[in-house]
Amino acid sequence: MGRDRHIDFDTVMVEMRQIVKKFGDFTANDNINLAVHKGEVHAILGENGAGKSTLMNVLYGLYHPTSGQILVGGKEVSIDGPKKAIELGIGMVHQHFMLVPPFTVTENIVLGMEPMHGITLDMKKAREEVVAISEKYGMAVDPDAKIEDISVGMQQRVEILKVLYRGADVLILDEPTASLTPQEIRELIVIIDNLTKDGKSVILITHKLKEIKAAADFCTIIRAGKYIDTVDVNEVTEKELASMMVGRNVEFVVEKKEQEPGGAVLSVKDLHGKDYRQVEILKGLNLQVRRGEILGIAGIDGNGQTELVEIITGLRKADSGEITMNGESIFNKPPKYIFDRGVSSIPADRQKHGLVLDFSVADNLILQNFAEEENASRGFLKKQDIINRAKDLIEKFDIRPRESENKPAGQLSGGNQQKVIIAREITNDKDLLIAVNPTRGLDVGAIEYVHRYLVEQRNKNKAVLLVSFELDEIMSLSDRIAVIYDGRITGEMAGKDADENTLGLMMAGGGKHED
Amino acid sequence: MKTDMRKILESKAMLTFIAILIAFVVGAVVLVIAGINPFVAYATLLRSIFGAPKYLAWSVVYATPLIFTGLSVAFSFRTGVFNIGAEGQFVVGTLAAACVGILVDLPAVLEIPLCLIAAVAAGAVWGIIVGYLKVKWGINEVLSMIMFNWIAYYLSNYMVNLPILHKEGGGEATKDIVDSAKIVFPKVITQALCPRTNAGIIFAVIAVIVIYLIIEKTTLGYKLKAVGFKRHAAEYAGIHVNKAIMTAMSISGALAGMAGALQLMGNSFRVPQFAGQEGYGFEGITVALIGASNPIGVFFAGLFYGAMKYGSMKLSIIDAPAEIVDIIMGTIVFCIAISHVFRITLKKKKTDKEESK
Repeated sequence: MGRDRHIDFDTVMVEMRQIVKKFGDFTANDNINLAVHKGEVHAILGENGAGKSTLMNVLYGLYHPTSGQILVGGKEVSIDGPKKAIELGIGMVHQHFMLVPPFTVTENIVLGMEPMHGITLDMKKAREEVVAISEKYGMAVDPDAKIEDISVGMQQRVEILKVLYRGADVLILDEPTASLTPQEIRELIVIIDNLTKDGKSVILITHKLKEIKAAADFCTIIRAGKYIDTVDVNEVTEKELASMMVGRNVEFVVEKKEQEPGGAVLSVKDLHGKDYRQVEILKGLNLQVRRGEILGIAGIDGNGQTELVEIITGLRKADSGEITMNGESIFNKPPKYIFDRGVSSIPADRQKHGLVLDFSVADNLILQNFAEEENASRGFLKKQDIINRAKDLIEKFDIRPRESENKPAGQLSGGNQQKVIIAREITNDKDLLIAVNPTRGLDVGAIEYVHRYLVEQRNKNKAVLLVSFELDEIMSLSDRIAVIYDGRITGEMAGKDADENTLGLMMAGGGKHED
Repeated sequence: MKTDMRKILESKAMLTFIAILIAFVVGAVVLVIAGINPFVAYATLLRSIFGAPKYLAWSVVYATPLIFTGLSVAFSFRTGVFNIGAEGQFVVGTLAAACVGILVDLPAVLEIPLCLIAAVAAGAVWGIIVGYLKVKWGINEVLSMIMFNWIAYYLSNYMVNLPILHKEGGGEATKDIVDSAKIVFPKVITQALCPRTNAGIIFAVIAVIVIYLIIEKTTLGYKLKAVGFKRHAAEYAGIHVNKAIMTAMSISGALAGMAGALQLMGNSFRVPQFAGQEGYGFEGITVALIGASNPIGVFFAGLFYGAMKYGSMKLSIIDAPAEIVDIIMGTIVFCIAISHVFRITLKKKKTDKEESK
């Protein structure tokens, strides 16, 4: 923290007054007010589906408001499309990037506004301009790299540069940190600071409280389409923000009863394996998960945790080692075999591995069990039973909207998709539950649910293996924390003794005893 | 569930109906340009389909193989592969049935099933080879299938000329299959309807029901669809992905092979020397698209295409080109393809709206 921004409170860049946006009978935005000053970072906070994106789409001209006024530079305007918004100096960086993968960074940035030299493109000038802007705001990018070759964080910089290149004074960043690593998030916050120093204003759409505290000056809270409040970020705590957002008290710390772990459920010995590039990434990893404990694996992305989980669950073959589940080897066995031996998992990529988005929620809930007796007899699915059980689970796990059992899973919001997976995996009730970044992209309310369910599994004397890039999550849930570095477990500590600094050091390769 | 299904079906049926309407308008414009009164042409077309029970019977005869190749392609669409190889599977199916039908002479109760089994097996093998190439070496099924279509084509022309199969005393075709292999209805019926009225349509109805059940109601269908929609999720869930792809290909191939057998046993009775690909497999793609890859939709789309194909032959009476039907069918497919774009846009709008809830 420690922001010292020069906000020019006399200059209102953008003001939205009593914006109402209805879709049919449904009111997505109900009398929302927003004022953004020059040099200010204004966060818009709300749960998934609260109406944040709708509001921003109104501002960016993608939706026309049902009623209300929009003022830019003090003058009332009608924004009928993104083109108009850009003319008015409003730019938007969408959550899902809109870049052309085989094009270079420069080509993407100038796309549609290319400098011309007669009738030919002046790519040299374009490149110079891109370099100039990126230097001005401290956003290092390689102007000649192709989009498909650069990281997600870099791609986001390109998106921001694209907006700046078009002369935006107000930048809307829609969930900018959703797919970034913690390191990239820190870099983004520096970029945001640089932008405000130059008098730009930033509207930050997010549901991550920590980032609001770290980057924003003011925060407008929206709940279920309604305007709740606008607060000075320095004067509220994360907890206060959270309860304003969800409308009830949110517990950050999950209650865990004291409990002695039992015998080992999963045991991994001297595991060696390669990643997709055929480079050795697991270099003799040892690990044990016991009954009644949550073992958290902390580590920086790319140290082998993804491959470890893929190997345990049978999606990837290991080179050598030993993996046993309740004493029985599951080493390099097919996924179904491993699942039947008691391993269920919440995969890292819910849309790739976790769900068949075109399948209904009910069908997704039986993904591994569709051929089992409760779902099928003689090769025919028991549709009615499947639907009934889906209804129960939707109710029990608070999957929204209700009555979505026949809806394609792809139509649900990210948080609810995750709940579908969790409902399925928890109901599988296997001896070991592996959860990889189980709360990625979820809002506080949903995170609380997920955490509660994980702890419940532990309390039921099952084993839980938690892999997460969120240190807070690891620290608040784990009974035991193992640090993975360079394909090995390099250190271990009890969850209650862990602190961020020691863990951070170990994750970066420093030993436990170094300080 | 039921109401939801109906909703989807209704909206798709509506889009298809609009597409057909537009296509007829486009066809009319082309006819006008060609100097033909479209009303007269369409009236002729309608009369040559609905004018007499005989015409309707012919339409059904024409439709039978198309329903099968349509089902074949539709099944492949639903399970995430694109069977552009129905053409070749149709040909090897015909060939296999012809070999049995010419060389083996048994009572009909044995002969007919034997011919059909041979054809189904040949089509399935033709599909499985491509499936194997795909899962084993990642060879794109569309490419290998197009090649397999040509292999089937030349194989057929080669086999037709084998002395053991070739017609005696000239003629560019095989011998006729034995009478017990024919599935034409008894004289009482053929005389009342058309000379080729055959049992193929009964097989088609059964196949539609079976495929519908497989796709919608069985664990097999669930498995194949899961692989088709999202390979990785299926793999994660413990489904044997490669096996599923090969199964889907073989069922799809079997259906196309069946189409070839029924066409032979109910209508053509012999395999001619081809001068070009016959197109039943490719027409199956059209049928599958018009039928929205739904078995029941495919059934009606097949009947529609069959009727149009038969009716078009009479257009020469008024000097209108029969190809107008191809233009109409092409336009329908085009409109349906565009309608997907519309639907995606609509869906996107809808999800935007739902997201903001």
